[in-house]
Amino acid sequence: MATTITMPQLGETVTEGTVAQWLKNIGDEVEKYEAFVEVSTDKVNAEVPSPVSGVLREIIAKEGETVPTGAPIAVIDEVGSSVQPGAAASQPDASVANGSAARQTAEASRHGADEPVPGHTVGAPAVTPSSYGAPGAGPAVPPTGGPNGAPSRNGNAPINGADVLRRVSPAVRKLAREHQVDLVSVEGTGTNGRITANDVLAAAREGPASVMAATIMAAPQQTTTAMAAPSAPATQPQPGRQPARPETPATRPPATGVPDLSQVGRSTYAAPVPGTLVPLSPARKIIAQRMVQSLATAPHAWTMCEVDVTKLWAWRNKEKTRFQQEKGYGLTLLPFFIYATVQALRANPLLNSKFTDEGIYVQHEFNIGIAIGLDANLMVPVIRDADTLSIGGLAIAAGKLIEKARTGKLGADELGGGTFTVNNTGANGSVLSKPIINGGQAAIVTMEAVVKRPVVVDDAIAIRSMMNVCLSLDHRVLDGTTSNAFLNDLKKRLEAMKPGDAL
Amino acid sequence: MAVAAPTTVMNNVEAVRQTLYEALKSDERTLIMGEDVGARGNVFLITKGFLDEFGPQRIIDTPLAEASIVGIAVGMAMEGLRPIAEIQFADFIYPAFNQIVGEAAKTRYRSNGDYTCPLVIRTPYGGGVRGALSHSVSIEALFYHVPGLKIVAPSFPADIKGLLNASIDDPDPVLFLEHKKTYRSVKGEVPSGHYTIPLGKAEVKVSGDQLTVVSYGLYVHQALEAAKRVAADGMSVEVIDLRSIRPMDRTTILDSVRKTRKLLIIHEDNKFGGIGAEIAAMVVEEAFFDLDAPIRRLCGPDVPAMGYALPLEEEFMISPDRMADAMREMVRF
Repeated sequence: MATTITMPQLGETVTEGTVAQWLKNIGDEVEKYEAFVEVSTDKVNAEVPSPVSGVLREIIAKEGETVPTGAPIAVIDEVGSSVQPGAAASQPDASVANGSAARQTAEASRHGADEPVPGHTVGAPAVTPSSYGAPGAGPAVPPTGGPNGAPSRNGNAPINGADVLRRVSPAVRKLAREHQVDLVSVEGTGTNGRITANDVLAAAREGPASVMAATIMAAPQQTTTAMAAPSAPATQPQPGRQPARPETPATRPPATGVPDLSQVGRSTYAAPVPGTLVPLSPARKIIAQRMVQSLATAPHAWTMCEVDVTKLWAWRNKEKTRFQQEKGYGLTLLPFFIYATVQALRANPLLNSKFTDEGIYVQHEFNIGIAIGLDANLMVPVIRDADTLSIGGLAIAAGKLIEKARTGKLGADELGGGTFTVNNTGANGSVLSKPIINGGQAAIVTMEAVVKRPVVVDDAIAIRSMMNVCLSLDHRVLDGTTSNAFLNDLKKRLEAMKPGDAL
Repeated sequence: MAVAAPTTVMNNVEAVRQTLYEALKSDERTLIMGEDVGARGNVFLITKGFLDEFGPQRIIDTPLAEASIVGIAVGMAMEGLRPIAEIQFADFIYPAFNQIVGEAAKTRYRSNGDYTCPLVIRTPYGGGVRGALSHSVSIEALFYHVPGLKIVAPSFPADIKGLLNASIDDPDPVLFLEHKKTYRSVKGEVPSGHYTIPLGKAEVKVSGDQLTVVSYGLYVHQALEAAKRVAADGMSVEVIDLRSIRPMDRTTILDSVRKTRKLLIIHEDNKFGGIGAEIAAMVVEEAFFDLDAPIRRLCGPDVPAMGYALPLEEEFMISPDRMADAMREMVRF
């Protein structure tokens, strides 16, 4: 029996996908649930598991071809299906015949998608977002007419937290967003434990706000010992309102070994209490998963340079009041930095690429992610086509994204598709950090705190405003030569910026 | 509503009768026509004695011909009279459908505003009175789809007077629905003298913050009874009497739903395509993000008619007990 495989829908708003790579050749055996093709969209790259066991008979969509979701991409002959005796031999042009069969079955599927029938078109089952999967594409899209209970492979099974998020009423979602309540920490008092609007309002009155993570993308950083001292939590536990500290001996960890975590009390990320468990929010789970994935996939190397931003600093200070008044957005160092980064990326395109088994794909777009740390979450909204914006335009674009991130209003489209990431770690006072690459990108750069330091200029000691710039790189893609060429280019551009330049 | 000082307690029949009487007294253009409205004084005795006082030119007994009743009234209204046509029971209105929908509702539009049709069509509707197939029907959904037609369904004596006066004053056709089970079972204070209540204004009968109940007609009274019962369980339910079905008071409904975040619609007419469907659609369009529960409709069953047998009638009608159960479920949801 021939089963036509269609382009899966990798995310709610995705309408088409590109065949990135065929993992199987025509004639290869394919196990059910075995990845047989890699598909990329503007949101996600995913290996698509086969809905059936069989032999890959026909490839309809070639590598690099972009087809709409639901369009046939391949035909698999199912194992155990009765192949017509001598069919292959007696059909000189099997692919043509199969192609028409595929069209017929695609046609058939339109008429009765709910009823799997022999020779039907089967949507590929749950997909596995790869490390650079964008938010919103996370949970597997249920296959249309696919096998029941097609298992997901890596953590796609519904988790409690996600389930809670999926079943909330519009009012609860809106209120949670308005009051920045993390629904995972809210106990529902409605029917079957449903979280009601009043539960959200009660949680908002009681607890310190923890930012809900409906959509997240992680581009995290690892701080070095310079940052080892824990910074104060952004939201201090309020007296009398923190979660009850476990007091009975039964809830204390046994002195001898690992505590029985099932018996341990709970606290929240924003107000952690020793001896309690902070439940993993969906955001935290995804962050954890992507951190591990990125580090495990891309061999990280690290390098750093010092940049003299004295003139740039003066320029920015000169412009910032007027800019704020005229444009309504603050003028930080970030847009200057992004501007110089994009210029340096143009000159060093390998930095704006991603590693695939086929080769290093050099991106033609400059979509710059900016990492924004929130109380309990980390988001990386993306400034699209950053190469088309001036410094002032970048300041406005970044200002809008930061505002949306803080109010929980970022859309999925604003969180995906980054090609390179900038992390303003200096905003937290860091002078040296070692970021983890945002999965699927080649490198990440940080801008550390601007510090006045004595430096040698023309054999004299001068006081200059200095900034460290750190770069983590995927050593599969980049080496020290290419990386430092980029860093030095970036340094030159930053040091050349001066009062009077065009904003 | 202009509050006139002295009030009298009366039932709904008396409120209709008093309003019609005062209209006949104060405006010579008004007249009443329908089956048995003259010599018999209407089957509910609403117009008893009117024929003697106002004469056969203004109190007109008609044959059993509803299309003619409304059709003649449309012509009178277009030529400057203020006819109040009566359909003896709403169940008999179907022959007049073309005159109401095809003529009365379109007069102003068709004549480019040269003519209006200041016509009131009164009719008793609704069940729960062992009226069986031909004396129990609710007809509002058959007409509320029609632009150009106003539909009023009050449930309290004071509202009947204010809204009937407004309907008679209105320059366009109004279908005035009187629930027959409330005729003598509902009593209330009615201000003396002429006053009007604007068409298209609902009224919050009791305030609450956990659930909004929208109803009209007989069921407003039963919803109020049910709300009282669940209040004993500590539940706070807001009950809105729609009063006018079209124009519909969106503002009052939306304000309430945005406060309570939950909506229960109760009506006697059957569910499919009923008034509740329009209310639910409107609320979802306007206040989706304020909803904390699926909107629920508690309505008559989708069967062709209300049976005469008591068990069938009881199954059709929604008791305060059933209303209270639905309210509890929704508050707890």
